[in-house]
Amino acid sequence: MKEIVLLSGKGGTGKTNLCGCFAQLSGGAVLADCDVDASNLPLLLRPEIRSRHDFYAGFEPQFDPLKCLRCGDCSAACPFQALGVDASGLPRLRATGCEGCAVCVSVCKTDAVTMISRQCGEWYESQTSCGVMFHAKLLPGGENSGKLIAQLRRAAKQKALAVHAANLICDGPPGIGCPAISAVSGADLAILVTEPTVSGLHDLKRVAQLVKQFGVPAQVVINKCDLNPEMADAIQSFCQSKQIALAGRVKFDPLFQQTVQTGDTVLKYPQSEPAQAITQIWQTICATLN
Amino acid sequence: MKIAFSSYGKTLDVLLDERFGRAANFVIYDTETKETAVIANTQNLEAAQGAGIQSAMHIVNAGAEAVITGHCGPKAFHVLQTAGIKVYLTRAVTGEQALREFEAGRLTPSTQADVEGHWA
Amino acid sequence: MKIAIASGKGGTGKTTVSLALAETLGNRARLFDCDVEEPNCHLFINAQPTHIEPVNVLTPEFDLKHCLGCGKCAQHCHFNAIAAVKQQMIHFAELCHGCGNCVLNCPANAIARGTRQIGRLEFCNAANFELISGVAQIGSSMSPPVIRQLKRHADRQRINLFDAPPGTACAMTAAVDGCDYVILVTEPTPFGLHDLQLAIQTLKMMNLRFGVIVNRADPQVDIIGGFCRQQQIKLLMQIAFSRRIAEGYSRGQRLLQAAPELKAEFETMLKGLGAI
Repeated sequence: MKEIVLLSGKGGTGKTNLCGCFAQLSGGAVLADCDVDASNLPLLLRPEIRSRHDFYAGFEPQFDPLKCLRCGDCSAACPFQALGVDASGLPRLRATGCEGCAVCVSVCKTDAVTMISRQCGEWYESQTSCGVMFHAKLLPGGENSGKLIAQLRRAAKQKALAVHAANLICDGPPGIGCPAISAVSGADLAILVTEPTVSGLHDLKRVAQLVKQFGVPAQVVINKCDLNPEMADAIQSFCQSKQIALAGRVKFDPLFQQTVQTGDTVLKYPQSEPAQAITQIWQTICATLN
Repeated sequence: MKIAFSSYGKTLDVLLDERFGRAANFVIYDTETKETAVIANTQNLEAAQGAGIQSAMHIVNAGAEAVITGHCGPKAFHVLQTAGIKVYLTRAVTGEQALREFEAGRLTPSTQADVEGHWA
Repeated sequence: MKIAIASGKGGTGKTTVSLALAETLGNRARLFDCDVEEPNCHLFINAQPTHIEPVNVLTPEFDLKHCLGCGKCAQHCHFNAIAAVKQQMIHFAELCHGCGNCVLNCPANAIARGTRQIGRLEFCNAANFELISGVAQIGSSMSPPVIRQLKRHADRQRINLFDAPPGTACAMTAAVDGCDYVILVTEPTPFGLHDLQLAIQTLKMMNLRFGVIVNRADPQVDIIGGFCRQQQIKLLMQIAFSRRIAEGYSRGQRLLQAAPELKAEFETMLKGLGAI
């Protein structure tokens, strides 16, 4: 069982569309949508939720109105400026910012603050036409998205081993921070999806370095490659210079947007150029993994 | 001396848990008294991060001199190494098999972690 | 005034719009690239940084001579970033949130507040406006502290524009926090609509005012317009899809270089927001 994670650095390069295609081509994969705060793979694969799980991670403070002196020490001491006060002067968490560090507990003179587990979102195990999918919804402004991603991958991996799936395919988040690291560390292969633009190349360089730092082998897919052939070649040169394999190129095609509207991928039209390009890319990936 | 085994269960004849940091339990075996004790590790299964570190601290606090497990990540390894606890990696399926390998001198102490850490 | 440019979905055109707004306002603007994991604004400006400011976070420094080996620092660390192993203190920097709770709880005052670098700010004088980019170190994983330090350079006398990262998690909320207005940039696709809705949920939770710009608009596809009308959300502007703009973008050309005729529309929009 091999785990493949799609990353990009830059957002909007086409990871989710590509992931949907790989899911269909793999025939018996388990899927995970690790882009937990903007989860789009379900829009494509139309999952039927089979089980729902609350996701708790980290802590948040609870204030006892009977013990609290309304002295304001906690909000002054909060390293993340996450505390305000309510109408009665009792400290109250602001909508965002709290990282669950408990400095407020440490400075409170009357033990009026306790830390409780914090719910950051929920995650689901669902059935799709391509196999079992794990996905999640992070509460707005949610902390610990990295942990939610780790939870999804753990559950997905267990399932993939249990059903003897050939692959676990994960749609990753943009960026190179905690969520991206959590999505890719320990994977068998990272597919870096890029576009032939100045931004695309810049961001590809950073995500390629991240993936290398975490010891995950990578291959690159250049999406919308006909938008700027010179940039596409520049990306190819970059890949060669870093000894990163190029899995393939896919041209811009209105068929991608058309098929998303009906919850299909371009593979619905197997003779189309994008379908053929992606099928070829998948074969290259499989050859690498075996 | 005391040896800690990462385990799915509470005795040595149960399956060894290959993962140190997220193991369900640690079975602590005393080579002199031949007795076993169990430390539950469930809160680290669910820990947001640093599960390996906390698991390693359980072993330090239990007074074990050696750990026998399947895989050990870098943070856990760092803690164990600092405490002078030897880490032995094995492919044995049960704790008992692993103990026999150890007593026969077939296991050698690791010099580094064998897997990458899991982020978060 | 503080205006953030955010989206939900990645790749919709936040940076494109941010640069256009900055260029329209000229020296009345200061642009902050808050997408510190993948900052892109500087790629469209032909200028080198004039200076660099490191972004440091608090890190504990253990004074082992005075350490009692009590382990209270480790017990009080909610991120498991400290292991107290027989008076040898191990600090795991990659797990540390820099909160200082360990320092507060040391009975022997044996922990000093040190610092370590997690990123940097780059100051640049662009075409006709100032740009400050936040850059997170690769592998450091902590974006909000870089974003917060970046935003401390806001200038009350100017229109401060914050180009936010995609998504709706803590990096995005750190960027939009405290802003007078948030411009949500989206594209007329099912993913664009879905993620716009998530972003709106987040902004409502934070009690922030917002409006929507549709980028790569297609007169045949009114998916976002329909949603905005139905929800009574202000649709600020539509930027029509243009192959010419897309190709210019791919070469590092700014929107107002490829389509200078759009400047008047940006001016009108900014007037409507009270920025001009």
